[in-house]
Amino acid sequence: MSAPWTPAELLAVMGARQLRDDTTVFAGVGVPLLAGALAQQRHAPRLTLVIEGGIVGPRIKPGRLPISTNEMRAAHRARMLPGITDTFLLAQRGFLDLGFMGGAQIDRHGNINTSVLGGDYWRPKVRLPGTGGANDIISLCREVIVLTVHERRRFVERVDFVTSPGWLEGDGSRARAGLRFGGVSRVVTTLGVFSFDPERRRMQVEALHPGVTLDDVRAHTGFEVLVPGRVEVTEPPTAEELEILRALDPERRFLG
Amino acid sequence: MMAAGAVDRVITAWMSIGLPWGVSKVLRHHVERGHVRFEEWSHLALGLRLRAAAMGVPFLPTLTMQGSDLARVTGLRTVQDPYTGETLAAVPALFLDVALLHVHRADRFGNCQIDGYPHMDADMARAAATVLVTAEEIVPEEEIERRADRTVIPGFMVDAVVHAPFGAYPHECYGLYEADFAHFDEYVAAIDREGPAALEAYLARYVYGPPTWLDYLELFGGARLAEQRRRARELVAEPGAPTGPAAP
Repeated sequence: MSAPWTPAELLAVMGARQLRDDTTVFAGVGVPLLAGALAQQRHAPRLTLVIEGGIVGPRIKPGRLPISTNEMRAAHRARMLPGITDTFLLAQRGFLDLGFMGGAQIDRHGNINTSVLGGDYWRPKVRLPGTGGANDIISLCREVIVLTVHERRRFVERVDFVTSPGWLEGDGSRARAGLRFGGVSRVVTTLGVFSFDPERRRMQVEALHPGVTLDDVRAHTGFEVLVPGRVEVTEPPTAEELEILRALDPERRFLG
Repeated sequence: MMAAGAVDRVITAWMSIGLPWGVSKVLRHHVERGHVRFEEWSHLALGLRLRAAAMGVPFLPTLTMQGSDLARVTGLRTVQDPYTGETLAAVPALFLDVALLHVHRADRFGNCQIDGYPHMDADMARAAATVLVTAEEIVPEEEIERRADRTVIPGFMVDAVVHAPFGAYPHECYGLYEADFAHFDEYVAAIDREGPAALEAYLARYVYGPPTWLDYLELFGGARLAEQRRRARELVAEPGAPTGPAAP
């Protein structure tokens, strides 16, 4: 039996539910921005989205979802267009409540790789697009939530390259590296919602999506995920949530 | 430029056509074979490198990029705050030989105005030894004077201005025309079909082929360009139309 939603739709819905009204959210384009736009239309009308192309406070026009971070589509009905560097400096100054991003590879401490797979950094087996603003978002926002498809090739024991530092090795290593605030609070995946244990910052299960078992998580994760206690079950996407999402991306460039 | 063999080193934060098209096969081809050295700084670090150069200082302190492998491979160094003793990252100024910028309007002296999001263009112009500008419109000096608050690059740092309507095409220019996503789709489909060799045909048709800029635009045709203009107007409110307070 196949679900009545795509993996990207599930991610966007579950991601949107993490967002609170009256907050500032630094959102990557694609599924994070879709989730942000969904939250704005549903339960967080005063959510300020910030996009790294230099855009503060846009309202995404349904059917005109931006493809990249610097486009009129991303700037639609924005409140301010301060330029790229000054937008990131808002985060460095501490004005961004939440960073909302994806990732190619992620490890048990929430470190993310979007740079290279295998080989040497200068002569990699696979060259990925690079950090963009991901490193800055994870380093400078007060809290970060990662949205990603849950696959064994993505959830690895150790990332090939730390493009964006999560908790590094855990145990306070993030702060010791000079990152004064922030950190990854949650990882929302196609299987469930994960957080990190407060001491050693290792990934743990918080909730599973309907029909997903802990064995499914184990089968799709390349490291041991902690199970701290009671595991919640998320509410499935509602018809209303899916309808809003589908109106945002009718071409299904991101929804799949 | 990679495909044309004109690049052996790239300093950037990110490179792709756009997320829906996935990882660039052309980038992969050249970097994975060691033809091109891809030096990756975070977006803010790169912006601050340009700003340091624009400010005329050798480095700027920042909190970003610390603890990452990017810091290691770029050789990012740290600096001690002389007041508190705290350690910060120090990004080195990035002085450019040449900046190539596209703006909405310029006058004949090179005073440039940009509408909408300003990217990093003003810092790039200040960081560069030579600044070459293409402009959608060349306007009289009075027009620049009338909206001096929009001037982001003063003429004295500009070496040449070229009139190039639709000069950002097939990408967009804020408020004037939308990016031609169908063209990106065609480009990526050709690369997917034939590999990086497809770029030869692309360069021949769109870059080396057209004898003039207007011939290049003719390849897309007036109807398509007009449609991209219409789509831009749907997204951006009429610029420069402040209403002011109501009369008492």
